[in-house]
Amino acid sequence: MTVALEIKNLHVSVNDQPILKGVNLLIREGEIHALMGPNGSGKSTLAYTLAGHPAYEPTAGQVIFDGKDLLEMEADERSRAGLFLAFQYPVAVPGVTLAKFLRQAINSRRQAENPDDKGISIPEFRRLLKEKMAMLNIDPKFAGRYLNDGFSGGEKKRAEILQMATLEPKIAIMDETDSGLDIDALRIVAEGANRLHETNNMGVLVITHYQRILNYIKPDYVHIMLDGRIVESGGPELALQLEEKGYDWIRAKYGAAEEA
Amino acid sequence: MTGFSKEAVEKLSAVLNEPAWMREFRLQAWEVYEKTPMPTTKDEAWRRTDIRRLKLDEIGPALNGFDASGVDVPAYLGEQLTADKAGGVLVEVDGVVQHYELSDALKEQGVIFCDMHTAVREHEELVKKHFMTEAVKVTDGKFAALHGAFWRGGVFLYVPKNVKAAAPLHSALWSAHGKTFTHTLVVLEEGAEAIFIDEYASGQGDAPGLHNGVIELLVRDNASLTYAGLQDFGQNVWQFNHERARVGRDARLEWVTSMMGTRLTKAFQTVELDKPGAWARMSGVFFTTDRQHVDLDTQQNHNASDTVSDLLYKGALKGKSRSVWQGMIKVLPGSQRIDGFQANRNLMLDRTSRADSIPGLEIEADDVRCTHASTVGKLDEEEVFYLMSRGIPRHTAVQMVVQGFFDPIMARIPIEGVRERIFSRILEKLG
Ligand SMILES: Nc1ncnc2c1ncn2[C@@H]1O[C@H](COP(=O)(O)OP(=O)(O)OP(=O)(O)O)[C@@H](O)[C@H]1O
Ligand SMILES: [Mg+2]
Repeated sequence: MTVALEIKNLHVSVNDQPILKGVNLLIREGEIHALMGPNGSGKSTLAYTLAGHPAYEPTAGQVIFDGKDLLEMEADERSRAGLFLAFQYPVAVPGVTLAKFLRQAINSRRQAENPDDKGISIPEFRRLLKEKMAMLNIDPKFAGRYLNDGFSGGEKKRAEILQMATLEPKIAIMDETDSGLDIDALRIVAEGANRLHETNNMGVLVITHYQRILNYIKPDYVHIMLDGRIVESGGPELALQLEEKGYDWIRAKYGAAEEA
Repeated sequence: MTGFSKEAVEKLSAVLNEPAWMREFRLQAWEVYEKTPMPTTKDEAWRRTDIRRLKLDEIGPALNGFDASGVDVPAYLGEQLTADKAGGVLVEVDGVVQHYELSDALKEQGVIFCDMHTAVREHEELVKKHFMTEAVKVTDGKFAALHGAFWRGGVFLYVPKNVKAAAPLHSALWSAHGKTFTHTLVVLEEGAEAIFIDEYASGQGDAPGLHNGVIELLVRDNASLTYAGLQDFGQNVWQFNHERARVGRDARLEWVTSMMGTRLTKAFQTVELDKPGAWARMSGVFFTTDRQHVDLDTQQNHNASDTVSDLLYKGALKGKSRSVWQGMIKVLPGSQRIDGFQANRNLMLDRTSRADSIPGLEIEADDVRCTHASTVGKLDEEEVFYLMSRGIPRHTAVQMVVQGFFDPIMARIPIEGVRERIFSRILEKLG
């Protein structure tokens, strides 16, 4: 059975303030979706809500992931179930090295399956990490650095994709992974995501403001979010249209209705 | 039940069968004690630590002789922590020796490592010369005086000139009766080197207990001492400590302190950088839970030019516990090219805990590089969420963030076994 992420009429508040106002979206394994929309329209709110951040409170609607009620699951369960969020703003965790963190992430998966699991062996982990780091052109020295601590913007984004490549999710949300990446890094990161898409049939939701990343990670569907709703969905041509015309026509078309 | 009195001093000295000079020393300390008022929150150093509920005389001195061999000391105490097997091991119960060994190699080097009472009898001149004469003095405070009068047990380490102690030394002091007055005296003569782990612990008792300790570390010119003091008393124990190190020319002191136990701790920890080239690093870890109260006064005294001191104390707090750190760097007039650093960082794991962090500088010289930093922060839920978002369960994620908090201080502790011991206690206390 293919895994799907199904978002139905999702309403979310932050500090009692409604941000998402009825989002509907269906992403299946193997599909690539792009989510675009003006600043503050609620894209990251959707991403955080799906990842289970406690500040984002679903007030109505449903999210079904792989047949399970996602909103009932803790953040760690969601991750182990195969959902991954590459954060727009990854958090630094001083004192915890990238390697230690990734190893624990792998072991937490194994131990959730089998409480007696002894965890991945150090040589096996080293091999895995080395391979993934090489694929993403990340200096092996980063393994020993504190997680995201003092990483440049682009380094953080690459570290997010390293985590994605290591954890091999079924569906990944990439929240503005393209911002802060130089042109070469963007290509490398996109290739990494495409490889997971091709080899593991990973489904992807790419949140972005720019067409550029979509030249590499080619979406099957493009959605536009405005004021907490997905107002327009279409094929790849929709992104090109936005690049050309901006959001005014969307606002004119849907924002007016809002005011009325 | 016996309280503290002149008669009790005499009785203790008789029970211990001490030479006259030590008996005299105790009696003089008792006089100082009697003349010194009990500290109150009106005294600057005691402003944040209220000891009105301490009933000293209900605890009283440790006067009786007893057989320590029957007391169960937990296996972890005195367990090997250093990579090299300890060459000297001393296990005491309330100041009475239970287990003692000293390797031939150390003996041949002339290293003296024994309990304090044996030292008073067998190394009288050395003890007389150094015991509360230059580091801690009975006039340093009410509890320094009480200690001078009633000290019992503890350990003496003496390393002769230019001797690098062939193996690490390890002492472990277990309290079974809740009355401990241990004295640690370390003398490293010129060019000597040693690594010494000094543990203090007790189980959880019901009745109030007391640890009134003194630690004296004398590190002569060109000598190098690594000293780790690990405290883990039950939460029924009131602890009042005076600890002072003197560091000579081009000498090095690596001073590690871990505080996990006690109901209340008030400790004065001072390093005196006496001559040019003296270097000292103080690394402190504490973790308080429940209603524990830890109040640490640290002082880094730069008494000469070209001296370096670097202090980092890190603590985590849970429940209704409280910590106070008050640090001071003093630079005497005329001393030049001084590096003095102090930082205290606290991690609050519950809203009900409280940490006060008060750095201080008193500098009467120009060519000085001194920094101080103090922070009190909550557990960062964003960090916890980030780790959880990768599949790590909350409990493990919190452990990792707390471990991360302590990582910089662990990195300073030069003995892996000590790091592991401290870290496993942190995880236990975190729950
Ligand atoms: N934790 C929060 N606290 C307060 N307000 C929030 C929080 N998270 C989101 N918001 C608000 O919700 C709205 C949507 O924010 P969100 O980050 O989802 O937008 P976005 O579409 O991702 O924007 P951008 O393109 O700039 O990344 C904004 O008005 C934002 O200020
Ligand atoms: Mg965003």
